[in-house]
Amino acid sequence: MEEQLHAAVAAILRQYDHRRGNLLPVLQAVQARLGYLPPEAMEQIASAFGVPPVDVYSVATFYAQFRLKPPGRHQFKVCLGTACHLMGGHTVLDCFERRLGIKEGETTPDREFGLERVACVGCCALAPVVVVDGRVEGRVSPTRVDGLLLSFSLEKSRRETPATPTNGGGGSPYGA
Amino acid sequence: MGAPKIVRVGLATCGIAAGADKVFQALAQELTGQQDVWLKQTGCLGMCHNEPLVEVLTPAGESYLYTKVTPEKATDIARRHVLGGEPVRDWLFDDGHYLAKQKRVVLRNSGRIDPESIDDYLEAGGYQAIAKALREMTPEQVIGELEKSGLRGRGGAGFPTYLKWRLTRQSPGRPKYIICNADEGDPGAFMDRSVLESDPHSVLEGMLIAAYAIGAREGYIYVRAEYPLAVKRLKLALAAARERGFLGENILGSGFDFDLKLREGAGAFVCGEETALMMSIEGKRGMPRFRPPFPAESGLWGKPTSINNVETYANVPWIILNGGEAFAQYGTERSKGTKVFALAGTITRGGLIEVPMGITIREIVFEIGGGIRSGREFKAVQIGGPSGGCLPASLADTPVDYESLTQAGAIMGSGGLLVMDDSACMVDVAKFFLDFTVKESCGKCTFCRLGTKQMQAILQRITNGEGREGDLELLEELANSISRASLCGLGQTAPNPVLTTLRFFRDEYEAHLYEKRCPAKKCRALIRYQVNPDRCNGCGLCNSYCPTNAISGEKKRPFSIDQNLCTHCGLCFNVCRHEAISVN
Repeated sequence: MEEQLHAAVAAILRQYDHRRGNLLPVLQAVQARLGYLPPEAMEQIASAFGVPPVDVYSVATFYAQFRLKPPGRHQFKVCLGTACHLMGGHTVLDCFERRLGIKEGETTPDREFGLERVACVGCCALAPVVVVDGRVEGRVSPTRVDGLLLSFSLEKSRRETPATPTNGGGGSPYGA
Repeated sequence: MGAPKIVRVGLATCGIAAGADKVFQALAQELTGQQDVWLKQTGCLGMCHNEPLVEVLTPAGESYLYTKVTPEKATDIARRHVLGGEPVRDWLFDDGHYLAKQKRVVLRNSGRIDPESIDDYLEAGGYQAIAKALREMTPEQVIGELEKSGLRGRGGAGFPTYLKWRLTRQSPGRPKYIICNADEGDPGAFMDRSVLESDPHSVLEGMLIAAYAIGAREGYIYVRAEYPLAVKRLKLALAAARERGFLGENILGSGFDFDLKLREGAGAFVCGEETALMMSIEGKRGMPRFRPPFPAESGLWGKPTSINNVETYANVPWIILNGGEAFAQYGTERSKGTKVFALAGTITRGGLIEVPMGITIREIVFEIGGGIRSGREFKAVQIGGPSGGCLPASLADTPVDYESLTQAGAIMGSGGLLVMDDSACMVDVAKFFLDFTVKESCGKCTFCRLGTKQMQAILQRITNGEGREGDLELLEELANSISRASLCGLGQTAPNPVLTTLRFFRDEYEAHLYEKRCPAKKCRALIRYQVNPDRCNGCGLCNSYCPTNAISGEKKRPFSIDQNLCTHCGLCFNVCRHEAISVN
């Protein structure tokens, strides 16, 4: 596992020269590959760039894009820009938090769902907006949140059906 | 073979979110292989409220615009209109005043050309401006033309573009850089996203002209990572421009070399500030630095750098082709040309508009935007995002130009224009923006880092009904200190939303403070939700959504809310289909 991670980061590092200006692109590429920035990866990048690991860490923690923990299989980004705020974005975030039992910035224990907030995705005429696995959903209502979660938990139980014939949706928001 | 019929589908992020990709597929299924029919993807026409949009152009040049098209409707449109020749009148868009009051310079190609095709851009006159500049004009003449146009920076501050270019040109250091600021971070603003998704080449061409005028050989586009489609289309545009020789060495045989690198931002609002943006390109934390020296002298890696935003660059090719005077005929004495606004909020026709400077807020809201969606009363516009301010309906006749808006207490900003009806609580809006700046402050300056936090705490207690005597004065004092003692635009302007709402809506603050009442019924701590037994049919939907089990009752009988358990989240209010929940 650790070796795989090392090899993946090394492969990305080979694509860039290690001038400081390339630090952000490298971090972005590593996150795109691994889904987040594990400490080992940051150390490896630091030594390639010839800077202390804390420099890499300070950059990674400055920018909202970088995750230091693994994301969920499905990632929800609830937009809380001005238009979404006025049109009830917080209610949508509340719905996700309650149904998933996690707060924004967290991932469900089964790593099925991750929840984030985002400052604005620029689709203000469709507020409130949620980005679901990179796809923009407009005019999201509390009932739509349930619909989304239901379709994902159905997908999950289908995926797991061969191994566990019943009770497949362990991480289902409807479990309780 | 006659001229083809053209069918265009708007495939920018807004359109896709509304289902335009499925509409496109439905059309493709009907029209692929048909002779004389050309199905095209295009960018944003600006009518976000009517997405998905399909436009049918006849060989004679007539245009038919269909709005809110579903895949089923698309199939019908393909069969009856495109193939059958009979427009489906019922679904045609009645233009109204939406486009009549607009003047499209920046958005000249948006919604018309395929943003992923350089040939489309060339056919629309693309890359002729850079050809003209290289063949017929000296760099000084290019800058002179910009001076005549009166173009000022569209990112918000309104610095004269020609002057920025001239200062960078005259600066002694080498090499020189140019940067396109596409880190559009203001919540409620999506002008740059739309331009990049709809007409990326116009930005590249503007940058080429700037590079020629300044004497730069290398440039960067710094684009927000939250805009994946814009990033994708920029990459395609860069590759196509390079392949056709518009980027690289010896461009158009002129001996002029220039190339561009694309950098994705990483989600820090402060990087929209020019010095912070350059720190970010250098691979550091995006923290602003002291100016002077200005970037024109010492910018990226300490070299002379000119940095402009997307909309500014998109204006440049038009100015070079049509002349500075042609541009200057639009607008007011000191604010020339047009401005793109992202119109959103509780407005009937939200979307992207481009208007001549000097138009009034009233014209934008009522004639272009069609007024308030809900039929409620127009209360205020928020202009300029977290750096801007809220102007009340009574100031709706303020002309939209740099000076008038600043005088009124707001700013032009980058172009977010949010319309609010009387259901918006102005204290809550001010708090929203402050929450945003608290989160996004980089932490360098004490007043910005801690002062905004103090203001946030005061607003929090006011909206909780726990405000204290003297809180409003304290807010004002903090606001003034933060404005004066912060290094960059983020901190200097962070108090604006609070200051303008205090100025124009002080009575609302006072209602929260002294009467413990939220007039707009928004602030959770100050409202109560109740079931109206006459309207409740006992469906129990509210009960199933209530997070605290505060709602109880028997099916088919009116439910009731236990005020001790209710957290005022408003979910029941939102899900009820019978308007049986009231808020007091």
